[in-house]
Amino acid sequence: MVMLNTPARVFGALGFAAAIALAGCGQKDDSPVTKGGPVSLRRLTEPEYRQIIADVFGTTIKVPGRFEPDVRDNGLIAVGTSRESVAGTGLEQYDLTARGIAAQVVDDAHKATLIPCTPAKVTDKDDACATQFIANTGRLLFRRPLTQDELQTQVKDAGESATKLGNFYSGLELSVAAMLVSPQFLFRQEVSEPDPDNKGERRLDAYSKASRLSFFLWDTTPDSDLLEAAAKGDLNSDDGLAKQVDRMVKSPRLASGVRAYFTDMLGFDGFASLAKDPQIYPKYGSAVATDAQEQTLRTLTDLLVTNNGDYRDIFTTRKTYLTRLLGSVYNVPVTTSTGWEPHEYPEGDPRAGILMEVSFVSLHSHPGRSSPTIRGKALREIFLCQKVPDPPGNVNFALVQDTKNPAFHTARARLGAHINQPTCAGCHKIMDPVGLAMENFDSAGGFRSTENDSPIVTAGEIDGMKFDDSVGFTKVIHDHPQAPVCLVNRIYSYGTGRPATKDEAEWLNYQVKQFAASGYKVPELMRRIAGSKAFYRISTPGTEANNATLSMAGTSSQTEAVK
Amino acid sequence: MTMNASRRNVLRGMMGGAAVSVGLPFLDCFLNANGTALASGAPLPVAFGTFFWGCGLNPGRWEPKTTGAHYDMNIETQPLQPFKDRINVISGMKVFLDGKGARPHFTGEMAILTGDVPREQPNYASLDSIVADTIGTRTRFRSLEVTGTGKPTDSLSRRSASVSNPAEISPAALYTRVFGPDFRDPNSADFKPDPRTMVRRSVLSGVTDQREALLKQVGAADRQRLDEYFTAVRQLEQQLDLQLQKPAPLAACTSPAQPTDAEIGTEIDSVVANHKLFAQILAHAVACDQTHVTNVVFGEATSPLRKAGTAMTHHIYTHEEPMDPQLGYQPHATYFMGRIVETLAFYLQTMDSIKEGDGTLLDRSLILAHSETGFAKIHALENIPMFLAGGAGGRIKTGMHIKADGEPVTRVGLTVQQSLGVPVDSWGTMSLNTSKPISELMV
Repeated sequence: MVMLNTPARVFGALGFAAAIALAGCGQKDDSPVTKGGPVSLRRLTEPEYRQIIADVFGTTIKVPGRFEPDVRDNGLIAVGTSRESVAGTGLEQYDLTARGIAAQVVDDAHKATLIPCTPAKVTDKDDACATQFIANTGRLLFRRPLTQDELQTQVKDAGESATKLGNFYSGLELSVAAMLVSPQFLFRQEVSEPDPDNKGERRLDAYSKASRLSFFLWDTTPDSDLLEAAAKGDLNSDDGLAKQVDRMVKSPRLASGVRAYFTDMLGFDGFASLAKDPQIYPKYGSAVATDAQEQTLRTLTDLLVTNNGDYRDIFTTRKTYLTRLLGSVYNVPVTTSTGWEPHEYPEGDPRAGILMEVSFVSLHSHPGRSSPTIRGKALREIFLCQKVPDPPGNVNFALVQDTKNPAFHTARARLGAHINQPTCAGCHKIMDPVGLAMENFDSAGGFRSTENDSPIVTAGEIDGMKFDDSVGFTKVIHDHPQAPVCLVNRIYSYGTGRPATKDEAEWLNYQVKQFAASGYKVPELMRRIAGSKAFYRISTPGTEANNATLSMAGTSSQTEAVK
Repeated sequence: MTMNASRRNVLRGMMGGAAVSVGLPFLDCFLNANGTALASGAPLPVAFGTFFWGCGLNPGRWEPKTTGAHYDMNIETQPLQPFKDRINVISGMKVFLDGKGARPHFTGEMAILTGDVPREQPNYASLDSIVADTIGTRTRFRSLEVTGTGKPTDSLSRRSASVSNPAEISPAALYTRVFGPDFRDPNSADFKPDPRTMVRRSVLSGVTDQREALLKQVGAADRQRLDEYFTAVRQLEQQLDLQLQKPAPLAACTSPAQPTDAEIGTEIDSVVANHKLFAQILAHAVACDQTHVTNVVFGEATSPLRKAGTAMTHHIYTHEEPMDPQLGYQPHATYFMGRIVETLAFYLQTMDSIKEGDGTLLDRSLILAHSETGFAKIHALENIPMFLAGGAGGRIKTGMHIKADGEPVTRVGLTVQQSLGVPVDSWGTMSLNTSKPISELMV
């Protein structure tokens, strides 16, 4: 259990880092040298799949069917994708989806725009036209040009199918469907090569670099420009890489990448199976849940990308966006009848920042009531990268119950029982005070000042920092030294598809300093990571033994934190 | 993989008009005239199923009072009384942790189904996948999974550490998957292979042909994951093969009624209503030889079941509801246990209602029904309720109450594997490793 950064070290580092000039575009990567990690084989996530189809075939193509659920590992689906494979059930679904997409690609509404040539005869094969289409499309789907073998096989299959079925387009349709279920598409398979600049070391090859870069910054398959840069070898030079990174960070598409990262980090996939009891929370339905996620993502991209703001302000900002539907939950009149309008919580409002938005408090609750324990655990794990231990086995919960007086009025009163029991206290002291600060918001995100007629108290203390109410709590999280450390570690892990290694701790510390020096600007952080050598370095055989996973903050550090 | 290349050529030949059945895997599922056995004289294939629910049953209220044969069901298992001669009740089984931490509602299910207590993520294939590799390789679906509380990820069926088999949450979707347009009715008179399916089958072989080359490019762990992908491709090929052959008639095979889903969620009446639909579809799927393995998860292990309009869930009740001093148990939590057992009985009843010659579908099936904890209030990992229903086509003895004295839960899994013909002599990791099946049940 190695902790990346004690608060003291971070604070010490900040003073030092402030003096360092900001590294600009094209500046040489001067971060500490790492040993790198393994090449990865990552299954596409559902959002990535959908985005790729939209980018390659256009947004009018529907993606039918459902997807094999993604798995979360070390806090991220992006990491889970490095351990997932495809089951029979999953492939059955991919096949249905692929056939649905392929049929649309060649239908009358799309073939004229998507297929760059017309066959000599519609009723038979046309290898020249098929080759043109398959080479173009395949390059975008496989994230590299097809090999001669791959191209020949695809063209031959398309041709035979066209002849059999008596239709050129049916042949292409089968070819598209086949590419969409192929491992080259469904898995992002990285390839490493010897690093000519550092003898004995390995790096990702140019196309693998392009993919890592593109999925990290834009959440999609590399565009033609980037593939071109990879083909020319540009991505292997500092300047060439910096030029592409710069282009991509400046593009409006960076916002998609930032949204994708936060959607993963915040666990919004959990909304797919979130249900609230309609009799208790009649307003909460899937429309509210959808708007609630969008509200948070808008708050984030507006602050972090559009205004290039301070990451820590996501916890305290009073600026957000609302729809009329959300207005009914927040008790705020919204004049726009459809769509979004900016809103600023007034001074003195109990809400501020994304933790008090409907998305966070409703996602981390029971169907029929709030849960300070679940919310506290979520905040620790998501924003501070601290793993809260699971409750022990064979615990007698009877200890915490006063059977003579089963009706504790407030959650604070009920959980007080846990806190006073030594077997429970260790962990509940970590979770509950955090969650109790959000008790003004019920399971559906509505405001309340009492529970069972007893007033709700939101004052408390976490990790030695006291607060008086929910807004005071958001300020404490804003200043929590672990919050930026956690973001740097997690966003790096998101890009590489694996947890950081112990060997990379120094490099991450360096990035944390740079992040602080930049004023906690997320686009700048992403630019630094994407432009660094560490991001693409591949461990050589023999160094893997040192790749023990870096634990951000294990139980030992938490126990320390609550003292 | 020269097989694939030649099959591909065969398919190409087929498309050119050669005979349909040449070179494809031949299915030994042609039945004799009365539908009780295969034409070869072999009995109907054995089927395996699991039925899992979270949060246990109340100790002292579910175990039969007597052991051995001729027992009677206890209070909480009364709905199973009509089947008592065809059910084995297994009490007193335990999970050993070997110093690893217990993860409530997770450790127990892992120990029972994978024979292992994982520290984080599961490490091994689940029991049903192991069994499916022996008894389910010739069917359209290797296995079918369902869950009642709306989360596909609650499936406990997994092929390996990296591949889980997600569950269907909607009866209507399951119906379409099994009995929709791709279903070939074995009793239908006319059969014409679809040329599109032939073409698809051929194109899919192109994917398989790349297997060797692709596996060479990756490291050991990723090689296993890619290989799992190719296993999935082979299953898909097999599904297409089956659609290209005229299926053998099956007397007991009929399509179930097209279902309309009850609301998918956690409200108990809707959950039970959807399970009743699932039960019909799964039983018919087995009767129609679409699969030999079915996995039912009543609901998420941290049981989110609730009555409409109440904030409390089954799981929360088990921990927070006081023991009623007169009754000696938690009445609200126990209500949900009753609904679960009643649903298990409905599943068995549905299988038993499908007659096949002198027996029923239940007679040729083996259903492992179990929870993940004994007494949920304290997350007990001992005395976990377990049942084995059905005679597995005469491969297992029934009608017994086996009362174990803190023995590893893996003995049940080993019994299942050995009675269903999986060639294995021991199963489980560390203290869960056992080479002792429950001998009283072995035929």
